[in-house]
Amino acid sequence: MKKLVILGAGTGGTIMANRMRKELDRDEWDITIVDKYKNHYYQPGFLFIPFGMYKKRDVIKPKADFIPYGVNLIYGEIDRVDGEKNQVLLQDGVILNYDFLIIATGVKIFPDETPGIKGKLWHKKVFDYYTIEGSSALGDFFKTWEGGDLVLNIAENPIKCPVAPLEFVMFADAFFVERGMRDKVNIKFVTPMSGAFTKPRASKVLGGLLKEKNIEIVPDFYIEKVDNENQKIVSYDEQEVHFDCLVTIPVHKGDPMIGRSGLGDDMDFALTDKYTLRSDKFENIFILGDAANIPTSKAGSVVHFASEIVFENLMCAIENRPLTGKFDGHSNCYIETGFGKGALIDFNYDTEPLPGHFPFPGIGPFGLLKETRMNHYGKLLFRWMYWHILLKGKEMPISAHMTMAGKKLHDI
Amino acid sequence: MAEKTYAGVTINVDEEGYMTDSSQWTKEVAAEIAKEEGIEELTDTHYAVLEFIRQKVSEGATLTIRAIGKSGHTDIKGFYKLFPGAPLKKATKIAGVPKPSSCV
Repeated sequence: MKKLVILGAGTGGTIMANRMRKELDRDEWDITIVDKYKNHYYQPGFLFIPFGMYKKRDVIKPKADFIPYGVNLIYGEIDRVDGEKNQVLLQDGVILNYDFLIIATGVKIFPDETPGIKGKLWHKKVFDYYTIEGSSALGDFFKTWEGGDLVLNIAENPIKCPVAPLEFVMFADAFFVERGMRDKVNIKFVTPMSGAFTKPRASKVLGGLLKEKNIEIVPDFYIEKVDNENQKIVSYDEQEVHFDCLVTIPVHKGDPMIGRSGLGDDMDFALTDKYTLRSDKFENIFILGDAANIPTSKAGSVVHFASEIVFENLMCAIENRPLTGKFDGHSNCYIETGFGKGALIDFNYDTEPLPGHFPFPGIGPFGLLKETRMNHYGKLLFRWMYWHILLKGKEMPISAHMTMAGKKLHDI
Repeated sequence: MAEKTYAGVTINVDEEGYMTDSSQWTKEVAAEIAKEEGIEELTDTHYAVLEFIRQKVSEGATLTIRAIGKSGHTDIKGFYKLFPGAPLKKATKIAGVPKPSSCV
């Protein structure tokens, strides 16, 4: 019996468990998936919780519901991967042998990397919203907050879903307008980047939107610490920003297991060929999603597109053929801009987000790099598609490879 | 693509002044780019950091300020003092490597 082991039962691992179980003969292949948590979180939904738009039950479902019959699901902590011996060692002493391994352990926040984040104001005036605990605590805080300096700070790149911080401040703008207290809330977007976004055209459009909404951008701010006494964040070059409520996007790193296994870089992201998605270290290991060190967004849409490439290349490797799948870094993100509108960006390794229509040229229904109501509905619809289509590895109506059709090169 | 002349040598640069051919880099070229960036003199520590950046980039690693702070040549505060303002952008420009694309 040959063995395929998948580490991580999040978006990527679950998609692969479903696809591979359908593809590989049960008499020949044993498939095992390992995760330490029993709940599957719809992470894009965390953004909506502080504003009371989603409740916990909208974003949490049992992982087991999405793992198909015929796949062994093990709840356990991974100690490390021994690539030389083709073994995964779990912390409780269990050893899993594999012929092929998929690592999809994702990325997590590490608030302890920045002194003071977890100080006495943690979950009182300092919040994250990248965990269910953080986003729920912030939701409770907002219910009775009377206003002041609302500061969003990104500690370090890369982060999960790079547009989420922009969405957060635009949601906050709409939320406090609707509560009739926007004049009491001073919203600041404090970022280590030199603008709202890294890619030039999108940065210009999104930066313009923030300005229209009276949200101040504080660029080139690389946080050193949070001063809990004086309610300030302080940068390495001694800039200071005062807060009455700090929403931090803490440092993100891969799973420490990747570091312990010698498979990663200094942030525990697995060293990965950005086209084939195979580990740089071992030919029978593939890396899917946020766990990889490839230069693209850490986001579910990327995981979904990349899963098609991992599937193709894993089948090539199993059948001793050259790898034919080539990932282009395709990313597709809905951006909530508040007041029932949204924007959409679609890009890859080589092409920055451009204006136009998506997916059908000239028609849409979605507009690229502009605010429309339809884009907002697209994002809401996506939650349903996530639970019912995407996780189960069924066909989505969007190609894994980006297309230039519908995109305009010159009109901003 | 544009060209600039540093230390008597013609260098290929992109529209933002970042070198597009890393092999054209020399210490003398670095010293002249540094002057344009407002750094009058490059010390041994500057060069150690620049070499670290060049090595990391040639290995295909993603550069972060955090990684440079752990390089053993300087800490993050020191890195800001060496290349004031936007240290990673300045240091990569002077090191003759592409502008770091923080992951989108």
